[in-house]
Amino acid sequence: MADIQLTSVTRTYGAFVALDEISLSLAAGELVSLLGPSGCGKTTALRILAGFDTPTAGTITIAGKDVTRLAPSRRGVGMVFQAYSLFPTMTAQRNVEFGLRVRGVKTPRRRKQAQELLELVGLGHAASRYPHQLSGGMQQRVALARALAIQPRVLLLDEPLSALDAKVRVQLRDEIRRLQTSLGITTLYVTHDQEEALSVSDRVAVMRDGRIEQIGPPAEIYGEPATPFVAEFIGTINRIESLIGNDGTVVAGDTTLALPAARNHTPGDRVIVLVRPETVSVGASVNGHGVRLDATVITSTFLGATTRVRLATPAGDITADIPSAGGGTPLPGATIPVGFDPASARILSLDRPTD
Amino acid sequence: MTRRVSPSSLTVLIAGGVFFFLPLAATLEFSLRAEHGHNFAAYGDLFSDPQFWSTLKLSLRLAGETAIAVLALLVPTAYWVHLRAPKLRPLVTFLCVLPFVVPPIVLVVGLLSVFRNVSWFLSTPQFLVPAYVILALPYVWFALDAGLRAIDVRTLAEAAESLGAGPFRTLFQVILPGLRSAILAAGLLTVAIVLGEFTMASLSLFNTFPVYVSYVGQTKATGASALTIVSIGLLWAAMLALTFASRGPRRKGAA
Ligand SMILES: Nc1ncnc2c1ncn2[C@@H]1O[C@H](COP(=O)(O)OP(=O)(O)O)[C@@H](O)[C@H]1O
Ligand SMILES: [Mg+2]
Repeated sequence: MADIQLTSVTRTYGAFVALDEISLSLAAGELVSLLGPSGCGKTTALRILAGFDTPTAGTITIAGKDVTRLAPSRRGVGMVFQAYSLFPTMTAQRNVEFGLRVRGVKTPRRRKQAQELLELVGLGHAASRYPHQLSGGMQQRVALARALAIQPRVLLLDEPLSALDAKVRVQLRDEIRRLQTSLGITTLYVTHDQEEALSVSDRVAVMRDGRIEQIGPPAEIYGEPATPFVAEFIGTINRIESLIGNDGTVVAGDTTLALPAARNHTPGDRVIVLVRPETVSVGASVNGHGVRLDATVITSTFLGATTRVRLATPAGDITADIPSAGGGTPLPGATIPVGFDPASARILSLDRPTD
Repeated sequence: MTRRVSPSSLTVLIAGGVFFFLPLAATLEFSLRAEHGHNFAAYGDLFSDPQFWSTLKLSLRLAGETAIAVLALLVPTAYWVHLRAPKLRPLVTFLCVLPFVVPPIVLVVGLLSVFRNVSWFLSTPQFLVPAYVILALPYVWFALDAGLRAIDVRTLAEAAESLGAGPFRTLFQVILPGLRSAILAAGLLTVAIVLGEFTMASLSLFNTFPVYVSYVGQTKATGASALTIVSIGLLWAAMLALTFASRGPRRKGAA
């Protein structure tokens, strides 16, 4: 049963449509992230769910109850903001206690609960510190503990890690996920960072211009992007503009590629073929791949575990991420074969909707 | 890293110091003059003058009432503007700055006509409070506005609200504690304005402290200097109190 349900939620500002008939449902205990570029309406959706904004049209239900017009203070929603949301004149402990104090929980009990929550987020030792005495990552932990203290039906996080260093970000995101899973709390997580969304979510909803372009488990979003926008927003991807040929082929530039998936399309249709760089191989390892092209190396960039090679091919420029450990990094100007497994390529029609 | 004071800034500092302290020292010296040598006679006369105490008491009372009134008016307004209507901020700023360009005489005449039908109010010194509230508006507004801009009002208010707090709890437990020093500064500025306002009080014939100061200045030379020193002492005491109060045990982080 859906724990949270947004039905055709629209929000307009004058003539500007910030949210365009968003429908989304979260199962109990599920973590769904809203992922998309800045300005696509993620925060608007979250604020509407929290009650800080009212939809122009559409309804929101939490646990089967219509809350569309309910005040934020009565929704039982825990919020974690981007930054600077801790009450500056209260210690970490008193910040966490705040929601309990509002609910009239007696002092000894709320002290104990706040202390337990701070320990849960690894800050038992910092209870008496003021927000300005805590690092950014610690502040966000306190904010999380504070939101959890009221035992909310729903946890909402709006880019909670975007103000933090890369290392703290990874650490804290794993911790948020661990806590969320162990508490089984239904969570909506807003981020513009695709890696973050893929790593913490049960499902990812990719947003663009106030709409949800695709929603699904991380692997599906990554592996089977439904639109060119999703494909390019999630990680790096090669985009080969082609026309559907006959008998399972596509025509790209001066060459023809054998792709069985092309049979699902009408010959003559304009399509793009999407191939992830890590599924592309170069040099000797191309043997055995169905699609094979002769290529000239343009650039070769060492990235650590992998090396990113840009190649000019008859089908257009292609990027390949190859393991650095293999040795024999191709040098610019070299002529080598490049290939990929046809099964790893995805064909999206530019002329008609896919699927 | 050690900070070096450059010669030019040192010069400015010394020049400023001389400019500020020389008249003060001269005034102090003059206030102590007697027919032969120096003594504290002028101060003795001053403190034994019942007028000194009654006018000071009246002015302090008016200052307190004005401070309470102007804060009660502007604290919720400033909070509301920052939270719900940031677009109105320039307009409110403009309205609050208006007293700078309205001459006091116009203000007094305007207020007299406003309160024409409440004659009992016209004859109490509290008649000056609305006028002083208007005079204090710009200072109090700027102090509160700066204080509110230093905290993320909207995020704090929304965080409190999502935790179940109503608007009053949010204002009194979350926002106001963070504005403590801004409110104290605004209050002190108000007190300073009221303790220094002569024109309106004199025009409406109330014997406030500044009116008394002016009277002494016209009649007793050394007494006026002594009074000046006492006034400055009072102001410094108030500023020291403010500094300590805004530090307090719960210091806010460096802004
Ligand atoms: N109060 C508002 N008035 C007018 N436009 C707004 C308002 N709030 C948000 N918007 C617009 O709605 C769009 C979506 O904003 P937002 O939800 O904050 O995006 P995101 O969080 O995805 O970056 C933006 O283009 C923004 O300019
Ligand atoms: Mg946002």
